[in-house]
Amino acid sequence: MTAVSKRFKSPYEDTPPAGSEGWQELYPYWLTFREDRKAIEESKFWFCDSQHWPNVFKPFDTIGVEFAVKCLGQYNTRHLLIPPANGIEFRVHNGYCYMSPVGVAPENIPARVPQFLERAGFYFQNWDSLLENWHVKVKSVIDRLEKLEFKPLPEVVALEAVMSGRGLDDTFDLTINYNRAIELCYEAWQYHFEFLNLGYVAYLDFFGFCKQTFPDIPDQAIAKMVQGIDLDLFKPDDELKKLAKLAIELNLGSALNAGGLDDSLAAVQAAPNGTTWLAAWEAAKHPWFNFSSGNGFYSTDKVWLDHLEIPLGFIRNYITRLEAGHSIDRPTAKIAAERDRVTLEYTALLPNDEAKAAFEGKLGLARAVFPYVENHNFYIEHWTMSVFWRKMRELSSMFIAAGFWSEIDDMFYLRREEINVALFDYGNGWAVGADAIGPTHWAKEIPRRKKIISALSSKRPLPAMNEPPAVVTEPFTIMLWGITSESVGKWLEGSATSDKLSGMAASPGLVEGQARVIFNADDLDQVKDGEILVTQVTAPSWAPVFSRIKATVTDIGGMMSHAAIVCREYGLPAVTGTGSASSSIKTGDLIRVDGTNGTVTILS
Amino acid sequence: MNPFVLPFEACDQTMLAQVGGKCSSLGELTRNGFIVPPGFAVTTEAFVQHLEINGLNPKIHAALEGLNTADTDMLDRVGFELRSLIQTAPMPALIAQAIESEYLSLSARLNLIEPPVAVRSSATAEDLPGASFAGQQDTYLYVVGVAAVLEHTRQCWASLYTARAIAYRFDNGFPHEKVLMAVGVQKMVNARAAGVAMTLNPINGDRSKIVIDSSFGLGETVVSGTVTPDNFVVDKVILEVVKRQISRKLIEVVADVENRTTIERAIPNERQLEHSLTLEEIKAVASIAKRCEQHAGKPQDVEWALDADLAAPDNIVLLQSRPETVWSQKPNTQANSSAYQTGMASMLNTLLNPIAAKKND
Repeated sequence: MTAVSKRFKSPYEDTPPAGSEGWQELYPYWLTFREDRKAIEESKFWFCDSQHWPNVFKPFDTIGVEFAVKCLGQYNTRHLLIPPANGIEFRVHNGYCYMSPVGVAPENIPARVPQFLERAGFYFQNWDSLLENWHVKVKSVIDRLEKLEFKPLPEVVALEAVMSGRGLDDTFDLTINYNRAIELCYEAWQYHFEFLNLGYVAYLDFFGFCKQTFPDIPDQAIAKMVQGIDLDLFKPDDELKKLAKLAIELNLGSALNAGGLDDSLAAVQAAPNGTTWLAAWEAAKHPWFNFSSGNGFYSTDKVWLDHLEIPLGFIRNYITRLEAGHSIDRPTAKIAAERDRVTLEYTALLPNDEAKAAFEGKLGLARAVFPYVENHNFYIEHWTMSVFWRKMRELSSMFIAAGFWSEIDDMFYLRREEINVALFDYGNGWAVGADAIGPTHWAKEIPRRKKIISALSSKRPLPAMNEPPAVVTEPFTIMLWGITSESVGKWLEGSATSDKLSGMAASPGLVEGQARVIFNADDLDQVKDGEILVTQVTAPSWAPVFSRIKATVTDIGGMMSHAAIVCREYGLPAVTGTGSASSSIKTGDLIRVDGTNGTVTILS
Repeated sequence: MNPFVLPFEACDQTMLAQVGGKCSSLGELTRNGFIVPPGFAVTTEAFVQHLEINGLNPKIHAALEGLNTADTDMLDRVGFELRSLIQTAPMPALIAQAIESEYLSLSARLNLIEPPVAVRSSATAEDLPGASFAGQQDTYLYVVGVAAVLEHTRQCWASLYTARAIAYRFDNGFPHEKVLMAVGVQKMVNARAAGVAMTLNPINGDRSKIVIDSSFGLGETVVSGTVTPDNFVVDKVILEVVKRQISRKLIEVVADVENRTTIERAIPNERQLEHSLTLEEIKAVASIAKRCEQHAGKPQDVEWALDADLAAPDNIVLLQSRPETVWSQKPNTQANSSAYQTGMASMLNTLLNPIAAKKND
């Protein structure tokens, strides 16, 4: 491999699009590339994390990256003392998310080793009991979030509150509840990384062993051996499949196709056996419909529970496929058999019993920890965040009732500390018996901000900025984002020739077909049978679309990205981490996807 | 059963002494469901009788007596004499009749008058593990008609006494009279591409890989090294191509039907860098090589060809499968000891020496 010699543009040379002037003020002072830190920021390599944040941040929505990446860092740096790796710095540039891993100076590594061994060792030794407790903690966060209420302030403080001598008003509770919601979100993100980094370490350990023992073993072979089969992350989709089958069994196919959501549910209700299906539908909702059509990081991500037309649409698709005689099941028995075969054959290739023992030990641990690596996504990104965003929308409704703004999404154009200010303004007006100033202020400010966000969204992000390191070694960067010296080098090359893209060979196979470029989960219904899905990143809730497509190409993502896992399950070719497929390829382009070699060619 | 000829279906791996290495392996493969171009073996007994009836043994012994292999002039001269002796002695009638009859059976079976065949030497020592006699005996391609088959059978017999083969046996302590020569007569393949496949990586002994060398036309160019073939490294377990090196392939050997021979010809410029195998074909070759290894129970060195006259997926034919002799002799030392670290020590090692950094070593 040759060291990458070219460099990407500096953020200071990358001018914001017209109409986005002043965008920096929409984000916290520490989150943008500041002029007074130019030399420092330009000395670092930044890559765009469009895997988690493909779209421009509304001001409130930076909460996800702030909490998530800060908490990732704390586990590396302060809890576990991962010897060579601290956290990951993050910035918002022209509205998009950029990251830069923070290494540990070589001279400081030895001192961290004993602490790492003790701390991480404790977690591995007590994995099951600690993880059991993790579920209790996360469930408690969700329960506490669910209990929070955001109602318009009453005309007067309730008589009981007065007569109990409480001495506090409703604005006080409102402020507490808002802060509590933010704290609970923060708490959930702390737990998110409690096991995740260690899960990756165990996986990497097995990965490294395989790479050393079987030089050039394909990454996907390693993934196949470790990959989980019955995962909570797949349950929402499984529930839809069960509901589709039940609908056919109960002869409710046409009732479920009757017009909109309400019409369909009414038709089912009226049909014989309809109540049986509706009971199953209700039972599936909790918790499995706390599932985001995005990745849980955006206020605008649609959650199934709040948009029942989404799961219903998927169920209708499944019914159509079942009626056409197709199977909709994930071939789990086949996956399990293949996993066993692959494992057995590699085991047989090991040179001696010592190697076998090491292999089996590492594989056993990787398999034990890997379900967490996949499942946590349901518990935090989907379930917790679905409840969090629902509560924030309740809060926005309250502000709408108070005349602060007119659309639910308007609140997310405020930074989260500005909501404290708006709450005080609202409460102050209520308390004083005079106007709140918010309705006047935000009526002008929110439209101004919308224009800025819209202007920022008109420009695609640079894949990376500044000079790449000679070699990327930070294990989490490689694992999570698929960012290696090689992939960065390919991005640099890719900017020169646009008809051929390179990425990770995430799922094998070679197909040609028409591209369908999707930037937003809302557009998934445009995907037609036999098309090739091209997107920045896929989310678990996109699962139903995979039974219709021929292949997937993403801008970013590694071997264990969602698209890679699902494509391997469905036997579809996938190339992930191309850097720029969603901007180089246009819907309708004829493309060739070579998932075995990690290339995508635009044919016409 | 005729003592002088045996169809491949009647040969198996226990018959090295009767039909030589190549034919016993082709028989074994044929009997176990591998796709092998049909043909038959001319047994070592035929060779023995040829020497015996023509009274050649005493002459051979005399010629080899006191041979100095360092004296290349002498070696060449003795070799030439012995080959002339074997080649010009008339083939005993019973043997000639047996070969003719078997060739006619093959003709009937293929529904071809005078089917073109390859006449291939199959010595009893050539494929012994530990003794790589590769390339020391001859193969004659596109042989047509009974007379030519008989002629080339004698040439194969004679090829046991090339200067190189004589020297090799001397230097490696194989008694000449113990090494006998059988001959394989096998339907010619109309090879669109051909080459070899090893069920381990010959560069590092990694047994989790299958390494394929492939070029256009018949495999002789690959075996003899007259082209730089395409090179594909395939993962043995999941059969994915992990590395590919497409080379500029300058020449190919193909059938010249009119002149009843094969010709070496230049590959046009625009074809030189084409992939000699598609992805599916690479996987098919790897899969067959893997089955050969499973059948033999040890790493194999396989010769294969892609027959343009056959339809996929049954168009990859086997021409040879023999034990790999270099790495199989060494202890399997695939992983160094640090790879056997377990538990926290291993995780620490993984974190401090990430795999991406190692790739750059």
